[in-house]
Amino acid sequence: MGKFWSLLFLSVPVLGVALFALAPSYGHWLPRDISTHGHQIDHLWNFILILTGVVFVATEVLLFWFLWRYDSKTNRDAVKFSHGSHNLEVIWTILPAATLLFIAIYQMNAWADAKIRNPAREGVKPTVEVMGRQFEWRLRYPGKDDVLGTQDDIFAVNDLHIPVNEQILVQLKTMDVLHDFFLPNLRIKQDAVPGMNIPVWFQATDVGTYDLVCAELCGWGHYKMKGRLTIQSRQEFDKWLDLKHQEQIATKPVESTKEASP
Amino acid sequence: MSSIVAGSHGHDAAQAHGHSHELSFLRTYVFSLDHKVIGIQFLFSTLLWFVVGGLLALAVRWQLAWPWAEMPVVGRMLFSAEGGQISPEFYTMLFTMHASIMIFFVIIPILAGAFGNFLIPLMIGADDMAFPTLNMLSYWFMWPAFICMISSFFVAGGAAAAGWTAYPTLTIAAASAPGSGAGQTLWLIGLIFVGVSSMMGSVNYMTTIIQMRAPGMTMFRLPMTIWAMLITAILQAFALPVLTAALFMQVLDRLVRTGFFVPEGLTINNELIGAGGGQTLLWQHLFWFYSHPAVYIMILPAMGMVSDIISCFSRKPLFGYKPMVYSISGIAGLGFIVWGHHMFMSGMNPMLGATFMVSTMMIALPSAIKVFNWLGTIWGGQVQFTTPMLFALSFVSLFIIGGLSGIFMAATPVDIFIHDTYFIVAHIHYVLFGGTMFGVFGGIYFWFPKMFGRTMNEFWGKVHFFLTFIFFNGTFYPMHILGAGGFPRRYADPYHFEIFAHLQPMNQFITICALGMGASQLIFAANFFYSLFYGPKCGRNPWHANSLEWFAPSPPGHGNFDIQPIVYRGPYEYGSPEVDTDYYPQTQPPPDGATGDTSGRH
Repeated sequence: MGKFWSLLFLSVPVLGVALFALAPSYGHWLPRDISTHGHQIDHLWNFILILTGVVFVATEVLLFWFLWRYDSKTNRDAVKFSHGSHNLEVIWTILPAATLLFIAIYQMNAWADAKIRNPAREGVKPTVEVMGRQFEWRLRYPGKDDVLGTQDDIFAVNDLHIPVNEQILVQLKTMDVLHDFFLPNLRIKQDAVPGMNIPVWFQATDVGTYDLVCAELCGWGHYKMKGRLTIQSRQEFDKWLDLKHQEQIATKPVESTKEASP
Repeated sequence: MSSIVAGSHGHDAAQAHGHSHELSFLRTYVFSLDHKVIGIQFLFSTLLWFVVGGLLALAVRWQLAWPWAEMPVVGRMLFSAEGGQISPEFYTMLFTMHASIMIFFVIIPILAGAFGNFLIPLMIGADDMAFPTLNMLSYWFMWPAFICMISSFFVAGGAAAAGWTAYPTLTIAAASAPGSGAGQTLWLIGLIFVGVSSMMGSVNYMTTIIQMRAPGMTMFRLPMTIWAMLITAILQAFALPVLTAALFMQVLDRLVRTGFFVPEGLTINNELIGAGGGQTLLWQHLFWFYSHPAVYIMILPAMGMVSDIISCFSRKPLFGYKPMVYSISGIAGLGFIVWGHHMFMSGMNPMLGATFMVSTMMIALPSAIKVFNWLGTIWGGQVQFTTPMLFALSFVSLFIIGGLSGIFMAATPVDIFIHDTYFIVAHIHYVLFGGTMFGVFGGIYFWFPKMFGRTMNEFWGKVHFFLTFIFFNGTFYPMHILGAGGFPRRYADPYHFEIFAHLQPMNQFITICALGMGASQLIFAANFFYSLFYGPKCGRNPWHANSLEWFAPSPPGHGNFDIQPIVYRGPYEYGSPEVDTDYYPQTQPPPDGATGDTSGRH
């Protein structure tokens, strides 16, 4: 039976690697990245995947081989009466330590791009204020004056529009509980925290409609908190803003040519 | 089995124990001061909760595979009003209570409470714990917690439903969620009782291990299980007060609107909330200051037990005993400065996030050292594939996966994408189920003969292992792929999002495996209870192991040892050239001229 159990442990790295190798070709992988910073994250994902993959296969195959080779039913050699090896301990302490430290330093720049280098410092104005609320996304655009919180602000719910190829700055807030602003295709995730105004920035590289997901438990309707992200050209974006503006200042609601937000 | 000649002291002690402890049934089996009875009480209670927590998980899986489909058999009984469907409110309660029960009522008490209580005095050669009454109280303080949790299912709004992390402000206002009514208060009070129980246990364990070791049992002759229990007790003693304070603050926020965690001017569900002036993130810091060390509280004892089992069934000394001790201590030290990695996306200062990222990367190191040493132990041994060994080996195999997947989340930029997705669900279950629970199963099969004087059935033990191992991987391995797709946690129905719709077939596969895994545990239950009454009787040392508990009778009587154990060497002298047998018990005096202690040499 020792051989059978050894092979069972060998099946872990074999099937484990196979699933990761096959999944992308069946469409089960990271969703398409349409952001300027996302490639850094995807690169790190792949880098760590390969690195951990090598360690995974090496340790699991060693485990299999030791079990196969030293099965007491077939192993005729006497037990190696050893309490350890100082040299080995030093090697397998320093090597992983250096590797881990390298990963830690290697990723600093991607983290800084995503969360520390706030474009507001270079004078970029907020494109939109996103306010989480059980269970919807309330959106507020600065009107013509480019200032949030004035009378010409434009409002929408769950229907987030942004222009393509422009630096976008979001002010993220919540009026009740924690939410999380998750744009899978843009590799953006940030909690919205009561009492805080958190900047989120990104730049989209392709037009289209995508999902806006809430990724922090916000109550029984957490799964329903679905927004639509529409990335469009500057002209179309301006046209949409203008339409929204007309709707809001009209005494009577104007019939929208585009589908209304839910 | 031992060549120790029972001295007069030993005889006196045995007789004294035999005569002076004629206790009533109530004092022997219910309000017992005996560490073994208390340990077994913990074992039975936690295994019962394991069933409850497992059933809750299966209900979660049912909803994720076939959302809103009528649950077979139990659906009509539980939710007749909803036509047998799981409602979204009920779903949030399911995963909240699954995690809360598994963490606070199964894993922590089964490791420290059951194995810690049973093994510590036996493995160090003591007749009981340092504070037997405190020990009894640590078990009975679990009962108010049990009652709080069970009753919370029946109060208006149901049990807590804001996640096991209980993040404010969702947990503060009753208006915010159905489970945030009385259920949440009961949850908080229940956890305070669990904390008091753990604190009493931890003080006792530290004192016992430091003060009550048998003659000759130096610190560096302790088995790894005991080292792990000691470090765990220290972690609990330092981390628990913080959690307890946080729990009291949240209770006050809920009951008298103190507003520790509530900022100004919040409106939840059209109701203006509280005094304000607080910070939501404060809870997260306090909670994770405990709950990250708690992750190590939940794995270190299992690592210790696995080290003992692997050395015993490789018939070879543990490779790198001292590096193993140092790496456990290293985990404990670093464990206190990594809590922020749960909060990379929380709005915490991103510079602070970068700092926590570095410390988190470094904590992977001691775990790596342990894995290499386990492999080194098996190398060159004589491996016996018993049931406890198979579970211990799968601990190593599966912990490698759980450990490596942690590096993805420690890398802050990658965490942006996989935070709060199924990748973290896969990671936690590889560590806590693939790791801890497999280690616990191994421990039960290994020490069952000592606990009850009978052995469990090996054939059915292996069937149980095989099915659990296959279904475990079928359940949790694909969750890594779900996480790569961004599939979010805690969603009652993710498939109405275009980006997640294609992941439903994989979820159905996972649910089928989870049901298989649940069913496989029936084999364990049957084997456990059958062996309890009809298993073949075993002698003192059925596995030919070295450590002190195998020197005592099976099961040990009150006072544990009929002969005072004297320790001559470390617990891992398997295959020693000094003796003819392939094991060399800690209590066996060395032959003339030999020192009998090679454990310090390399």
